[in-house]
Amino acid sequence: MTTWEPVIGLEVHVQLATKSKIFSGAATRFGAAPNAQACAVDLGLPGTLPVLNADAVRMAIMFGLAVDAQINLNSVFERKNYFYPDLPKGYQISQFAIPIVGMGTLHIPGQDGKPLAVRITRAHLEEDAGKSVHDVLPGLSGIDLNRAGTPLLEVVSEPDLRNAADAATYFRTLWSLVRSLGICDGQLQEGSMRCDANVSVRPVGASEFGVRTEIKNINSFRFVERAINYEIERQIDVLERGGSIQRETRLYDAERNETRTMRLKEDSEDYRYFPDPDLLPLSLDAAYIEAVRDAMPELPAARAARYERTHAIAAGIATALAEDPDVAAYFEAACVPGAEPKVVANWIVNDLAGRLNSESRAIAASPVTPQALGTLAARIADATLSSKTAKTVFDRLWSEGGDVDAIIDAAGLRQLDDREALAVLVRDIVDANPNQVAQYQAADKDKRKKLKGFFVGQIMKRTEGKANPKTVDELLIGALEAP
Amino acid sequence: MPALHHTPVAGLSALLTAGELSSVELTRHFLDRIERYQGELNAFITVTPERALADAAAADARRRQGDASPLTGIPYACKDIFCTRDVLTTCGSKMLANFVAPYESTATARIADAGAVLLGKTNMDEFAMGSSNESSFFGSVGNPWNIDCVPGGSSGGSAVAVAAGLAPLATGTDTGGSIRQPAAFCGISGLKPTYGRVSRYGMIAFASSLDQGGPMARGVEDLGLLLGVMAGFDAADSTSSDANEDWLAGLREGRMPAAEPLTIGLPKEYFDGLGAAAASLDEARRVFEARGYRVREVSLPHTEPAIPVYYVLAGAEASANLSRYDGIRFGHRADNPHDVRDLYVRSRSEGFGAEVKRRILTGTYALSVGYYEAYYQKAQRVRRLIQQDFLRAFGDVDILLTPTAPGAAFRRGELTRDPVAMYQQDVYTTPVSLAGLPALSLPCGFVDGLPLGMQLIAPHFREDRLLAAGLDFQHDTDWHHRHPEGWQ
Repeated sequence: MTTWEPVIGLEVHVQLATKSKIFSGAATRFGAAPNAQACAVDLGLPGTLPVLNADAVRMAIMFGLAVDAQINLNSVFERKNYFYPDLPKGYQISQFAIPIVGMGTLHIPGQDGKPLAVRITRAHLEEDAGKSVHDVLPGLSGIDLNRAGTPLLEVVSEPDLRNAADAATYFRTLWSLVRSLGICDGQLQEGSMRCDANVSVRPVGASEFGVRTEIKNINSFRFVERAINYEIERQIDVLERGGSIQRETRLYDAERNETRTMRLKEDSEDYRYFPDPDLLPLSLDAAYIEAVRDAMPELPAARAARYERTHAIAAGIATALAEDPDVAAYFEAACVPGAEPKVVANWIVNDLAGRLNSESRAIAASPVTPQALGTLAARIADATLSSKTAKTVFDRLWSEGGDVDAIIDAAGLRQLDDREALAVLVRDIVDANPNQVAQYQAADKDKRKKLKGFFVGQIMKRTEGKANPKTVDELLIGALEAP
Repeated sequence: MPALHHTPVAGLSALLTAGELSSVELTRHFLDRIERYQGELNAFITVTPERALADAAAADARRRQGDASPLTGIPYACKDIFCTRDVLTTCGSKMLANFVAPYESTATARIADAGAVLLGKTNMDEFAMGSSNESSFFGSVGNPWNIDCVPGGSSGGSAVAVAAGLAPLATGTDTGGSIRQPAAFCGISGLKPTYGRVSRYGMIAFASSLDQGGPMARGVEDLGLLLGVMAGFDAADSTSSDANEDWLAGLREGRMPAAEPLTIGLPKEYFDGLGAAAASLDEARRVFEARGYRVREVSLPHTEPAIPVYYVLAGAEASANLSRYDGIRFGHRADNPHDVRDLYVRSRSEGFGAEVKRRILTGTYALSVGYYEAYYQKAQRVRRLIQQDFLRAFGDVDILLTPTAPGAAFRRGELTRDPVAMYQQDVYTTPVSLAGLPALSLPCGFVDGLPLGMQLIAPHFREDRLLAAGLDFQHDTDWHHRHPEGWQ
């Protein structure tokens, strides 16, 4: 039986976070009333002309620098001609023969645990089209041109990916990168990043690629993986039954988890690209590119490495913190004096992330402020709180907010760390349980650890969990192992 | 004293300044003439009397306040290709027969700022595609020198408005000769500025890399006044130039550039086989020589392919520029479409005339897979060769002198069935357009009672040479003071 190898390349449309459109002064805010953000240029009215938004260019350069790509000092805007009701001019202004960003590389953690360098073929600037609306006006279709002219950076990868999980990681890494650069808001559900996946399969060891299909407009990390996996299986199934794959564009239906034919590539149009005579070739000088480079923010990979290095945070956790700039900002704000960064990090990626996920909240809208979480960590470090009582405080912070120390006092959660008082308590418990003491003393080292838990439990019960576990442990060992 | 409609703008301006005439009176004079002759000439698509009189009253007030420029209160006619807020802009097409732009073109906004008074929008070939003004949806235009002849195109309405004394000034646009050839056919002066000199914002596009707005008037001095106002950098047009020479600023105050006698080149390719116009051109050359200009022959070897190159490139750009006329957002829409495709096909089939369709088709063909290299790219290469020819010639001479068109105005209907013969009208004007150079057409004689034009061509952004040489020529000739009979 043939073993198949999938070959995957992604084209990701990144909506650039400029204030105005790529060729007009109209705003790009999401969610405005239909056509409220479309000016004469966006409507394609006769006589109007495009003027390139310099901020879109700056953002494209930032991206190119972040993936170590060649920045083309001269690039050309072209017209891609086709008729569609939401394409006002009858052509889209895009870059074709010479894009602003040439070959680069995006480094991702591979599924096999090894780093994977995915080559980026190119990234080019273009304008978005508008939107056709079919479900608002009975019997009619509406056109909303608010999105028309929104700047897009289309990032095209080489077919370097070999499984769906890596493809999803690539998409996620790209998301992390453009958000960290501040060039995209990363709101996938609003269409700020849309992914087209080119998928083919070939027998392992074959040198030629198989016939590929293109899955259009996937807008979540999960769907990227699912859609590609579905498509891989579908293609293998077709080939194993002696069929052949058609060059076609397919749509992913998330509800049914399947891809469906949208159009065959044979009837694809001739777009008749030619340089747009309304725009001069885009010419950049090296000094400008260096100025953009100097103003680049810290990138996720560098940030993660810094967390590992300066705070001794494990690689996985450092990456989780660094990949989302909002999370990184939260983490850095939570590292208040007295808090152990490692502890803060663990709280963020475990407790906080869990609660945010279960309530679908963004970290920026977390009811627990970074300062509160940092104070919580500081109270753990100074032994005011145990890990157990800390969770109680966290729950309070989540549901009611407020000041960490006030909550601790109000709920009487301050950890019992009075060595003399605890010593008396330990003596009492040990004296009250001679059988368990005998067992402990007869046990080997491993067993003793387990048996000690019984005493700890008794002490915690008596102190309502407030005893400092470290002190209790020391006192217990002293009491149990005393001759 | 000549009649008001034969008086140059500087003269009218002086009358206004002296208080001997108000802009309202002047505007009424021209509105009356338009009303009288519009039926025969059909020079206008839209006349705007109420607005004109209101603007004239405002101009008079401005003049009283001492805040007048030379154009304040001067009426003008505007080619119906410049978008004008609240006034119909049809571009000579059924497609835009109902189109009112919600914005003003940069050129007309600047003219309005100077205080000039808009009389109306002039007739033109549909989407500026034509050399005879016969492709207009709003009917053809009569040449005032002989009503059975065409006025040239595409700015035929503007040329006729000036020639027949319906407006002292007019705007035109020139893609392959659309200012120069009608100016020649109607016996007036017309200037196609350097590509990038006048903003294209709000000027409905035909071929974006060639389109250029410019002034049309009886004499060169009037051209200078209007050019000074129309020209200048515009952030809304990425191809507009920020060159702002002193002489250009001087034009706005009514100071014309002067030049020492220049060296004129006669490109031999433009004179081979020249018919009736040869004698007039020869005479023009002698006028210059008598003024101390030096004349020598030059060669522009890539002249012959200019017409095919022009029609490939202009068509290619037009095919994309005209895609926006799809019946969806504005303009003509077919009744009761049964689906989107039907809406497109019928709206465009009904809205565009034959010549526009022909150019969209040839342009689409030239850009299609398999033909792009052979047509579009090759044409771009030859365009560069044509440009280099001119640059080389300007190493030896200051300006070039050529005929504007192969002959005088032809009869209406004579060439409508033969598009290729019609395209030959542009043989002397398209190379200049492809090179992006400024060129001036001046009246230089008559043949069979019809005016002839000559063309002066200068290096990029050297309109000052054209104006200076043109002034010299018109100082010593009176062709531009000849008026057709019957429009008194």
